[in-house]
Amino acid sequence: MKRFGIFPVLSLLLIGVAAGSLALGKYPLALRDMVNFFLFKFFHVGQMNSASYQLLGNLLLDIRLPRILAAILIGASLSVSGAAFQAMFVNPLVSPGLLGVLAGASFGAALGMVFSKSWVAVQICTFLFGFAAVLISVGIAKIHKGNTILLLVLGGVISGALFTSLLSIIKYIADPYNQLPAIVQWLMGGLSMVDGKVLLFIGIPQVVSIIIIALFSGYLNALSMGDEQARALGIPVEWVRMFLIFLATVMSALTVVIAGMIGWVGLIIPHVTRMLVGPDNKVLIPASALIGAIYLIVVDDVSRMLFNVEIPIGITTSLIGIPFFAIILKKAKRGWG
Amino acid sequence: MGLMSHIAVKGVSFGYTKKIVLRDIDLDIASGEIVTLLGPNGCGKSTLIKLMLGLHRPGEGSICLDGIDISRLDSKTIARKIAYVPQIHRSSFPYAVIDIVLMGRIPHKTFFFRYSKEDMNIAYNAMERLSISHLAERPYTELSGGERQLAVVARAIAQGARTLIMDEPATGLDYGNQLRLLDQIIKFSREGYTFIKSTHSPEHALWVADRAIMIKNGAIVADGKCDEVISTGSLRHLYNAEVSVLKLNGSLSVCVPQTICGCMEFGNDQENKLDMKNTVKGKR
Repeated sequence: MKRFGIFPVLSLLLIGVAAGSLALGKYPLALRDMVNFFLFKFFHVGQMNSASYQLLGNLLLDIRLPRILAAILIGASLSVSGAAFQAMFVNPLVSPGLLGVLAGASFGAALGMVFSKSWVAVQICTFLFGFAAVLISVGIAKIHKGNTILLLVLGGVISGALFTSLLSIIKYIADPYNQLPAIVQWLMGGLSMVDGKVLLFIGIPQVVSIIIIALFSGYLNALSMGDEQARALGIPVEWVRMFLIFLATVMSALTVVIAGMIGWVGLIIPHVTRMLVGPDNKVLIPASALIGAIYLIVVDDVSRMLFNVEIPIGITTSLIGIPFFAIILKKAKRGWG
Repeated sequence: MGLMSHIAVKGVSFGYTKKIVLRDIDLDIASGEIVTLLGPNGCGKSTLIKLMLGLHRPGEGSICLDGIDISRLDSKTIARKIAYVPQIHRSSFPYAVIDIVLMGRIPHKTFFFRYSKEDMNIAYNAMERLSISHLAERPYTELSGGERQLAVVARAIAQGARTLIMDEPATGLDYGNQLRLLDQIIKFSREGYTFIKSTHSPEHALWVADRAIMIKNGAIVADGKCDEVISTGSLRHLYNAEVSVLKLNGSLSVCVPQTICGCMEFGNDQENKLDMKNTVKGKR
């Protein structure tokens, strides 16, 4: 009775889009070359000269594949954390950045770029400040007593504003010839810096978080009826929410670690998915993950193919997301009154 | 009382941050009773309801459910015994009614759960009993207020709880839906369900309740049989309004504001009791 039938369709679509995107790029590849390469590489079938084997290996496995995997991870992570936030904050129009994680992580990245030469240090800094921003939001909500959801949202506004202004300070003191352009570029988001090892390291916590959130989907349904009803249904609302915020924060902060700021995906994708499969989180969460992954691969393809110069993916997602948001706003005016 | 009370509130006081909301509340509710809480806005009715649901902890005193202090019970155990029907509410998400009713099964589930065939049957059965089976696949957000309220009552029934605590369940419903909701309360009460509900309409207590509890400024000012508790004097004290309680045919009572009674020339009746004939005469 439920729309579980959509999963095979979405999975096939994801595989198709991912495979198709492998063939897309500045260096055009015939599908036949690609198939030959993979047959030779994994099954030792057919023949290839070593020069083209090297070239294809570099292109497909070192450049394009990590990029596509990163798009899948980021699209799925942002969409799932967005869907979870929308349910637990009882509002279909919130995004994973609600509690300041993206602002904090952006500040962390900029700080790292100015004060450290090591890319690993930058990535750690990004993650830690994403977390710090959410801790501040939660802390503000905990100090005051009252409507927890409202206080968390206000805490997020404060924390987000704090880290946005701190980011401005960093931009101001950054060396305008080397550091500032790097910071600005990073904040616009991009998948060109992705490397395979980091991806593996980051992919595991993201995939685990997605699975756990999907397992919590029955609780998310009840949470989206409001705190009191959820508690009267026997759900320990406070700690479930904190745990889910923790997972969503890990996932979102890690997306900034891989690819900088990519906005609007976490708001738009769960929303569109809800229109397709309905609001039941048992279907919505996994469907959002798949649709988010497909969406980000396609947007990345557009970003790197549309013009001679690659457009930062954060700009593309915003340019698509904002008008779309304006259109769906009317359909989605409910929530918070 | 010889019987062990179902819900026993003993010496409970409660306050949010600084303001004291409830003072020294004592209350015993037996299984199968229909209890109505009456009182002006902000008197503490909703807070008392939340305390009995275990959503707040009393600052002082204790609340026992079937003899066990609810602060020692985990929330799922409470939820299997007591269900909450809030004031009519709008959902932000268009869940199908069946999804809402299925949520009632959560207290019976462990952590990472799936709804079983049995859960589905229980949910459909609950909808059947409230005559809303035809709404199963409809989005909750598109229902009328009355239908939404019945869906939430169905969820409470699917929860398996035998006690329903309702916070102004009829507020915001149109007249017909209010009456249909009261009908359902009577129907389930006959099967032994316990109801604790708050209302702003004393008539809802007179029609569908054994017992009325009046709360003012955080304290219980009257507790007893509806006919005895609800009177011109007590309503004046509670709401600062002049209301006549008229008995029709010696059994059913209605409340009529005295300004309106005055126009109809029977408002000065000292006893505030009229039989059916007088009422009918008054109308002419």
